[in-house]
Parts: sequence; C-alpha cells; structure tokens
Amino acid sequence: MMGWNRLKWFFPMLILAGAILVFILRSSVNDYILSIICFAGINIILAVSLNLTNGFTGLFSLGHPAFMAVGGYVAAILTFPVTRKAMLLPALPSWLAAQQWSLLPALILGGLCATLAAFLIGFPVLRLKGHYLAVATLGFLIILQVLITNLESFTRGPLGLNGLPLLTNLWWVYLWVVITIYVCWKVKHSSLGRSMLAIRENEMAAECLGIPLSRTRIMAFALGAFFAGVAGCLWAHLVTAITPTSFSVIMAFHLVVMVVVGGSGSITGATIAALMLTSVVEILSPLEENLGAYGISEIIISIGLLLILIYRPRGIFGTQEPAFLVKQRQRVSGEVGRSLSYQNGKGGTS
Amino acid sequence: MVGYIAQQLVNGLILGSMYALVAIGFTMIYGIIRLINFAHGDIVMIGAFVTLGLVISGQIPFPVIIILVILAGALMGIIIERAAFRPMRGAPQVTGFITSLAVSILLQNLGILLLTAQPRNFFCPDYLQTVFNLGSVSLRTIDLAIVVIAVVLMVFLVLLVRFTRLGMAMRATAENLKVALLMGININRIIMLAFAIGSGLAGVAGMMWGARYGQIDPLLGFVPGLKAFVAAVIGGVGSIPGAMLGGYLLGFAEVLFVGLLPPIYSSYRDAFVFIILILILLVLPTGLLGRKMEEGV
Amino acid sequence: MLEVRDSHAYIGQTYVLKGVSLEVRHREIVALIGANGAGKTTTLSTISGLTRSRRGKILFRPDPDATQRDITRVPAEEIVSMGISHCPEGRQVFSDLNVWENLLIGAYLRKDKQAIQSDLQWVCELFPILGDRRRQSAGSLSGGEQMMLVIGRALMSRPRLLLLDEPSLGLAPMLVEVIFEMLEQINAQGTTILLVEQNARMALELAQRAYVMETGRVTLSGTGRELAENEEVRKAYLGAI
Repeated sequence: MMGWNRLKWFFPMLILAGAILVFILRSSVNDYILSIICFAGINIILAVSLNLTNGFTGLFSLGHPAFMAVGGYVAAILTFPVTRKAMLLPALPSWLAAQQWSLLPALILGGLCATLAAFLIGFPVLRLKGHYLAVATLGFLIILQVLITNLESFTRGPLGLNGLPLLTNLWWVYLWVVITIYVCWKVKHSSLGRSMLAIRENEMAAECLGIPLSRTRIMAFALGAFFAGVAGCLWAHLVTAITPTSFSVIMAFHLVVMVVVGGSGSITGATIAALMLTSVVEILSPLEENLGAYGISEIIISIGLLLILIYRPRGIFGTQEPAFLVKQRQRVSGEVGRSLSYQNGKGGTS
Repeated sequence: MVGYIAQQLVNGLILGSMYALVAIGFTMIYGIIRLINFAHGDIVMIGAFVTLGLVISGQIPFPVIIILVILAGALMGIIIERAAFRPMRGAPQVTGFITSLAVSILLQNLGILLLTAQPRNFFCPDYLQTVFNLGSVSLRTIDLAIVVIAVVLMVFLVLLVRFTRLGMAMRATAENLKVALLMGININRIIMLAFAIGSGLAGVAGMMWGARYGQIDPLLGFVPGLKAFVAAVIGGVGSIPGAMLGGYLLGFAEVLFVGLLPPIYSSYRDAFVFIILILILLVLPTGLLGRKMEEGV
Repeated sequence: MLEVRDSHAYIGQTYVLKGVSLEVRHREIVALIGANGAGKTTTLSTISGLTRSRRGKILFRPDPDATQRDITRVPAEEIVSMGISHCPEGRQVFSDLNVWENLLIGAYLRKDKQAIQSDLQWVCELFPILGDRRRQSAGSLSGGEQMMLVIGRALMSRPRLLLLDEPSLGLAPMLVEVIFEMLEQINAQGTTILLVEQNARMALELAQRAYVMETGRVTLSGTGRELAENEEVRKAYLGAI
C-alpha cells in the first residue's frame, strides 16, 4: 500500500521537477547547450517509442527513421513560410502552398501521417519475424528515401528543405518526452502491454490465450511510429533543415544502440541510454573535427555496443524497470519463461 | 533495338556476377549459423581498397592480385567471425543481427578514419581497359574477366561443396549443427570456413566493383551488400545455387528496369530492388530454390 | 567401460540432472527407462559431450585392457574419436545428403579408407535396404529406413559404445521388432549399447541390465528381468494394474 501512495506522488513530482529544470536551463544555459539538450530529449522520445515494438513486442524494426522522415517532411511542408514555399517549391499544389501552420498541429498531423505509413507498411511486413523483419523495415527505409529524393515538387529532392522556422524549443521537447514516457508506461502496464510481452515471450502460447497477434503487433508498430513522426517534426524544426539522408541507417543504428544498452523493454533504461548516447556523440564530435579523425565516434559507439552485447546482453541496467517505480504485482518479468520440467505424477518408486 | 537489349543483357550478366558472388557468402553463413551478416557488404569495400592498394603498389600481375584479394577477404571474414560472432554464438537471432550491424558500422567508419570518406579513382591496368566489340555489344576486357572469374569461382565452389569430404561436412553442418557435432565434425572450423569462403568471394566482388565503376569509397559496400542479400532471398537463403541464380536474376531485373523503362524511373532502381525483397519475403519466403522453412520467418 | 558418477547438469536455467550415477560394462546392453523429462536424453548428452555436466565425473575405457579416461570435459568430436557414438532421438538423418554420404559422414574422423569400405559393406549387410538406396536422398526414406540409416551412420565411426536415444519412437511395432533384433545382432558382434527407451517392455527384454530414472535421478537399477518383475516398475512403466 505504501508503494502505491509513493507512486501516486512520484510521477507528478518528477514532471514538476523536470519543468523547473527546463525553466532554469532556459534562462541559464546558452543556445548551443540548449539545442544539445533538445536532441537528447528527441532521442528519448525515439528510444522509448521504439521500445514499443523492439522491446515490448519483440518485433525488431529498423524502420523508425523512416517514420521520422514522414513526420518531419509533412510538418516541414506545413510550417514552411508561404513566401519561401513559392521560391523553393514552385510546383507545390496551390492548396498546400497556401498553408502556414504553427508547430503543434503540424506535429500532430506529422505524427498521424507516420502512423498511417506504419499501417500501410505494417500490414504486409509484420508477418515477418526476427531478422527478416529487420531487413524488410530497412528496405522500407531505403524505399522511402528514394521516394523522398524523387518527389521533387514536394521535397525539393536531394537538396532537401532548408531555412525551416526554428519552432522547436525545450518546452516542446519536454512536453513530448513526458507524453511519450507516460503513454508508453501506461501501455506497458496495461492489458495491451501484457499482450505485447506475451507475444514477445511465446507467440504460440499468446495466440492460444486469445491474444490477437496481428492487431497487437500493428498497434505497437503504429503507436511507435506516431511518436517517431512527432520526433521527426521536432528534429526538423530544431535543425531547421531536412534532407532525404537526414534519417538514415546510422540513425537506425543509434536507436538500436539505445534500446539494447538500456535493456530492451525497459523505459527507464531507454531514457538513460538516450541521454548517454547523445552525450557521447556530442562529446566526440568536436574531437572528430579538431583532430580530423572522422568516424571515430561511430567506431567507439559500435565497439561499445559489441562489448555490451557480449558482456551484458540484457543491457547495462537490465530489462526490468527500477523496483521502486513499480508496484510489486505489476512487475513485468524480462526473464524468458522458464521451461517447466514434467514431474512424474506417479510419485517416487522407492 | 536488338543491339540495345543485347547490351543491357550483358550489363545484367556483369552486375549479376557480382551480386551472385556476394550473395553466396550471405547464404553460406546463414545456412550454417542462421545469421544475416550485415557486415558482409563491407567486405566488398575492403576487397576494392585492397585491390587498389595492390594495383598502386607496383607490378603485381593480375592473377596474383585476384588471389591476394581473395585471401584478404577471407582473412577479414575469419577475423570478424572470431572477434564478433563467435562470442555471440547461441544468442538469439536478433542479437546476431545487431552484432553484424555494429560490425558493419565499425568497418565503414574505420574506412572513413583511415582512408577518408572521399571517393578515390580506381586504377585498372590498361590491358584490362581495352574495348572490343561483339556484334553490337561493346565490352572491356575487365567486363569479360568479371564474368569469367565469377563463373570459374562458382564452379569451383559447387564442386567443393558437392564432391569433397569438406563440402559434405559443410552441408551436414548447415542442415543439423548438433548431429554434425556428434559425427565428430569440428563445427568451429566449418563456420570459420564458411566465413572465409564467403568473404573471399565478396572481396573479389569488391575488386570487380571498383574496376567496373571506377570510383570507390568506404561506404560503397553497403547498398550492394543489401542488394546481394536480396539476391540471396530471391534464390532462397541457405541455398548456394539459389544465391547464384538470385544474383543473376536480380542483376538482369535491375538492369532491365533501368534500361527499358522511361529514364525518369531509373532513379527508382533501389526502391524497385527492395520492393522485390519485401514481396519475395511475403509471397515466397523460401525463395526459388530454398528448402523447408525453420522458425524465424 | 563407462562410468557416470554423480553427474549434475542444467539445460539453460533448468536443473535437469540431480546426481546421476550409472555404469555400463563391456559388451552389455544397458537400458535407461523413465518418463518424459526424467533426464534420460540429457544423460546421453552429457556422455557424448553435447551438454556439459556442472558436477560429477564421466569415465570411459574403450577396451577392457585400455586405460580409463576422464571424458567429462572432452569436446564432442574427440569423444566420437574415442569410440562413443550417440544417435540423438528423432531419426535425425541429413536429409540433404544421400544415403551413402550419410554413412560416409559417420566415418568422418576416420582415415583408414580400406576399413571404411569394408564397414560400408558390413552396414549394408546389416541393413540391405541402405545399399539399395545408396543414391537416394536420406530425406526421401521412410521412417524405419531412416532409423536404420541413423544406426548405420553411428556404426560407421566404429564405436565401442553406442548411445541410442529412443529408437522405437514413432515406428510401427513390427519395425521396432526389426530394429531391436538388429541391436541384439550389433551387440553380439561386439558393440556395447546404452539404450534410452520409453518402450520399457521391449527395452527390459533386450537389456541385460537397466536403470530407472525419475526427475533427474536414478531411482532403481537391476537386471532387465528383475526390473521387469518389480512391482513399482510394472505399475509405472509396464501398464500393469
């Protein structure tokens, strides 16, 4: 009972503390650092939402950057100032050329378009499993990059869209970090979340229990895609530019690193791993430029991932949420179900 | 028109030869340890750079270069297997896949670190550049060499796998690792051999890639690697003849897609290849020559 | 010949063998019976080196006058070359290979070409059907033929000790009779056999001695006849009321 009371207060307090932190940061830290913190937040959104498919449901997708691209481009076209559109995208249909939205509706529509894309690609592809799904989603990412490159009247092709309005700030990022974590946390501890975990642990058993496999899978995939779309919008309006190669295999790789390092299925772990990865990248990239040692940060990240896979395959923090955050009876096991050994029902013979 | 199509078919044959060589490695490694080795494409890149290094370094005869490139690729495959995949043996399928993704990123960035991301011109000795005409089809010596070398290597491989004691052990291991172990087959040696052969062939493919397209950079292996995987899927992952067939089919399909459709579609060629991948995975997951399916698809 | 002393083993996280001890003497047929999940298959795996026991010892002496060796930590392929051949359950032939290749791969570690040829002859005399179908892929054989192939393949390594896991599984009763007769013949020609069986009746008839396993332990042992007459065994495994 005490645990429950503590929990009831813990999350609002945490959100409030975060808000105060955002307030202090915005008045004390320079823009460069602020933008890094924003990137960290966006990475948290991505890692936590990718956990819905890769961590909870055990569907290994590399398609997250594709959904970011969908969301990012949709929102970018919507928020792009009308005058710049006339200049850069003369071939845009007039009904689109006249739009100039503010960030929030663009974010939501971007997210919804990503969700739609997830439904379209998910229905056929989610029948695949394991590494075949990974390759198929990677194929989807490449197909999408080709499409974006070729739909020049909407996207300006390989040049991409630059000079987007700088609409993303730490408040927006913080808001969506909170929403993402809240929703994923709720999902994980709901019956949908338990269905997802059941599918991950033993698909056939889950099906026998009456869990609708394809519906649960596509729910996880589409929900994750929504947040990826939103993150893509935030990203585009933070960098103020978007190109077909903005959302690449390297990004997919980084997201996988976050999920694996954080312990797949663990929301807290994914959050911390996202913060860690952002820091590592930000610390190493000036080093790369100063030394002219390009590639060194990816080398360090990939070697780090290999070491973690060998020595801590369940992630640095394990696959469980920290005990103090979870009610005892809700604790979700990350353990693979133990196989039961049959007992001889006839009792001992001697 | 006939001449144009003939030229396209020859181009498809050349591209298909390269895909087939790379696809064999995918299929051999998958066949034995059920691993999709994402880093396989990067061996192509290594092969290309090793060739360039050897060509620049002096008067090494072409056949010797080929052998050295095969050895370099094989060595690289063995190192990767030992360092990255062996410690992961027995882990879930997806862990192996993530591992190979990490290895791929590692190799690409080692390439960038050591060689910079700038594309380099690939030197080919003059006698390989001679152009000659067969009817309306024009070919360089190197194009012919690509096809001949690929076919010779593949025939060699098929003979090895079909008719030698080692090949028998490889087939047995691919089918049932546990029972192969009970026959006294040294599984680690067979796995290493699969990596060595597959990577050696990918290395040669890298040499061909450089010679054919004239420019190489550290990221060059990624897309051809993925496409060769598509070829392996078309043929049925795990089947060596399937990988060869898939390689040539994909080579022809890609070249004809670009050559026969109006030019505006040609920039969609990569999308076309991956749409084929998704379709095959959904409709014919065992590929054309693949055998029964185990869990995983 | 073979001595398992207090072997403890895990499969993944599950504690399967909780101290198994048993002994096989030269030229014996020993049966290991028990219910599903009792640990019979795991016992064989620890002997052949597929599974490592965490505690305990496994000792092997290929011939009465040879020195005894501790094979607890010896890799599987070396155990094969020392003369232990393990037929796993479920007739696992290499279905991509033809019958002849399956037999040849049984002799994978042997270098004596001449002797391999004469052993091929011997196996084909034991199972004439295998010689007739030598070019056929093993996957196309019937269940009984596959079982013969598996036994033939195991014999090709010239084992001193043959570990057989459920040779009767999924075979028609008549075929089981045939297979068991073959085993008797193979044993008479000098190969020691350790047999795991669900079909306790036939196993106890065939075996000189037998062990009963329950939940990871040996609970009973004796000659085949003693066990077949034991009240508990009759109730639990022979279907007597």
